[in-house]
Amino acid sequence: MIRIRDFNVRYRSGKTENHVVRGIDLTVAQGECVGIVGESGCGKSTLLRCLVGLESGWTGNIEIDGQSLGAVRGKDDLRRAQMVFQDPFGSLHPRHRIGRALSEPLRCMGLPGSPQRVAAALKEVGLPASFAHRFPHQLSGGQRQRVAIARALIIEPPILLLDEPTSALDVSVQAEILNLLSDRRDERGLTYLLVSHDLAVVAHMCDRILVMQNGVFVEELTPDNIRLAKATHPYAQHLMDVSLLSDAL
Amino acid sequence: MTYVPLPERRSLRENLGNMMGATGRFVADLMREPLGRAGFIVVMLLILIAIFAPLIAPYSPTRQALGSALQAPSATHWLGTDEYGRDILSRLIWGTRITMQTILSISAIVGPVGLIIGVTAGFFGGRIDAVLMRFTDIVLSFPSLVLALAFAAAMGAGLQTAIIAISLTAWPPVARLARAEALVVRNADYVNAARLYGAGKLRLIFLYVVPMCIPSVIVRLTLNMATITLTAASLGFLGLGAQPPSPEWGAMISAGRRFMLDQWWVALMPGFAILLTSLAFNVLGDALRDVLDPRYTRK
Amino acid sequence: MDTTLSIRDLSVRFAQGSVRAVDGVSFSVSSGKIGIVGESGSGKSTLGRAIMRLLPPSASISADCMTFGEHDLLRASEKDMRKLRGSVMALIMQDPRYSLNPVLPIGRQVAETAILHKGMSRKEAGEAAAAMLERVRIRDVTRVMQSYPHQISGGMGQRVMIAAMLLARPRLVIADEPTSALDVSVRGEVLELLDDLVCADGSSLLLISHDIRMVAAFCDRIIVMYQGRIVEEVTQLRDASHPYTRALIAAMPDPRHPVRRLAVPDRAKLERG
Repeated sequence: MIRIRDFNVRYRSGKTENHVVRGIDLTVAQGECVGIVGESGCGKSTLLRCLVGLESGWTGNIEIDGQSLGAVRGKDDLRRAQMVFQDPFGSLHPRHRIGRALSEPLRCMGLPGSPQRVAAALKEVGLPASFAHRFPHQLSGGQRQRVAIARALIIEPPILLLDEPTSALDVSVQAEILNLLSDRRDERGLTYLLVSHDLAVVAHMCDRILVMQNGVFVEELTPDNIRLAKATHPYAQHLMDVSLLSDAL
Repeated sequence: MTYVPLPERRSLRENLGNMMGATGRFVADLMREPLGRAGFIVVMLLILIAIFAPLIAPYSPTRQALGSALQAPSATHWLGTDEYGRDILSRLIWGTRITMQTILSISAIVGPVGLIIGVTAGFFGGRIDAVLMRFTDIVLSFPSLVLALAFAAAMGAGLQTAIIAISLTAWPPVARLARAEALVVRNADYVNAARLYGAGKLRLIFLYVVPMCIPSVIVRLTLNMATITLTAASLGFLGLGAQPPSPEWGAMISAGRRFMLDQWWVALMPGFAILLTSLAFNVLGDALRDVLDPRYTRK
Repeated sequence: MDTTLSIRDLSVRFAQGSVRAVDGVSFSVSSGKIGIVGESGSGKSTLGRAIMRLLPPSASISADCMTFGEHDLLRASEKDMRKLRGSVMALIMQDPRYSLNPVLPIGRQVAETAILHKGMSRKEAGEAAAAMLERVRIRDVTRVMQSYPHQISGGMGQRVMIAAMLLARPRLVIADEPTSALDVSVRGEVLELLDDLVCADGSSLLLISHDIRMVAAFCDRIIVMYQGRIVEEVTQLRDASHPYTRALIAAMPDPRHPVRRLAVPDRAKLERG
């Protein structure tokens, strides 16, 4: 579904060059959920943003659904992958009602839309249809994140890119959102690429986990590896030890 | 493009009710602070005076009565008369019209122009930003009085010349502000999300970025109105604004300065009107910032 | 010196609402590490700030008693509180980027506490600051002391904050989410540091956090807050009996016990019970 070959991201400012992502290869099969863990600045979010075309300055080869992608994305390219952002407060237009937030993608993509379609999208993420009249500031963080997921899903992309979708949320709300994401994946056979700093979240959601450090993948883990806290690369092992700190003590 | 109606469109009355409610709340917020209340009331009064000048003014602003020239303030002429025996209060009241007209037309030009130039520069960045902002810098270095002089020489002095000259030099601060706001908003996640669902550039600018910049631009414009009042009066004082016999405040001061020592009211009264107006706009602008732009709240 | 923080029936109400952000909270700490856990809106941060008397004027505090040793925190004047803060009590906040002054070099900011609370001269204070920065395991002390906050990483910033706060050896340290803005790999270090510095002196640490596992691993006692109230106090998560605490634990994904779906707390039921 996603094939990335020899992928590099470099930012140049004057004479200094910042090599953020260094020659990555990544393949994600249809219906798979792959997680990327790493610390701030390791390049995991940059990779995601390049995939959807929010960031330029990358070199290499990106293929989604068999189609090679360039720097400029057409509507067909955009329809194949949508993204859910970290901050539920910044990701909704503050002056648009929820109904508008959900009908805008349909309108921009030239898809038929109706109040029923919006209501169905809200229902799919566990919100009542009456929320269409509300403004984002009248919603809690978890509810906004549900709207953001509904907005990403409304144009029915086969791939969802999740950039720290729950790290701004409370634990109990995080559980609700993660359950919602699992349910939608089971239902629609979606492909997920989940980026997070939280090993526990990634281990819960994903079939495969890639550990990223300084712009490269240093290790590939399965949930079983994490359950047994076994890794071969020292950084992956360290990350695992400190993430599961509570269990060690 | 297919048209997608908003889910369950609300009735007109409901929308109107909401709007009224929002406006009411806005005014209530503005009135909470004594200074904001004072500024708001004075500006409202000035607007009412400008609208109803013919009804309020006790005398004609232009009819001369040389027999009663240069009379001190009294019961018949509350603020005295000028060298042609015209009632100063009436002239000030009619002058409010000219001032308000100038301020509103300039703001109506400067606001949109500054907003569009600034947002375009901020949204696109790179070369477009560099070109537009250097242009803004160049305009910013033009003194508006000198430009107005040039214009007056070319087009003849008058209120319109003054309005054009001030407008040409008053948009850069608005553009800079709008650019700064746009630079922040263009990287907001909701704008990125809109890029991902294929929203076009124009749509992004006008429906996603501009609405976020409007509150601070309104604040800036209101504060600008104080400066505009002063610049317009200066142009009038130099004889480049509204031409006699129209009761322009700056021109009135200019005419009254000959009698400054003996008949002080002729120059002082319009001066006081200018002071009050520009102060009111300043105070109102400050209060608006508290309401519209909670980041800079004074509390 | 008696260093017991004792609080009985503390409530905090904000001017606009009739809702109590903190509602009848009582507990006491004489030494060791106490964790206060809760989700956003549980009142945990308000509680920490109420103890430091750092709430905005719109907040009204009421309590039967709120004392720290011989100091009555409820009745102390603002001037007395200023003396207490930093010297006897300290608050470490979440994000070092906002707690450090961006235009002053690090060294001077750390030394400031020593000048203010210990009456040291500038030179002595500088030396004390250097020693303290070394204790928080900053390697290149001289360079760091001359750099400005934007030139150092988040983890180092938090260590600098800790150094500045603990320089005067306060008897009570309140740490409000001290590790949430940091990467996982530095979290452990910062916690260890707090442990070393605070508890070695026999002072007490009040660790406020949303992360119940981290708190459980680190603290001697755990106080769980929900909607402004303390729902229970336990020493081990295993002993937790309140449905809210249990729900909170169950909602966290645990790699060692993989589940298909995470358990979600039933809020309606919690509110009724």
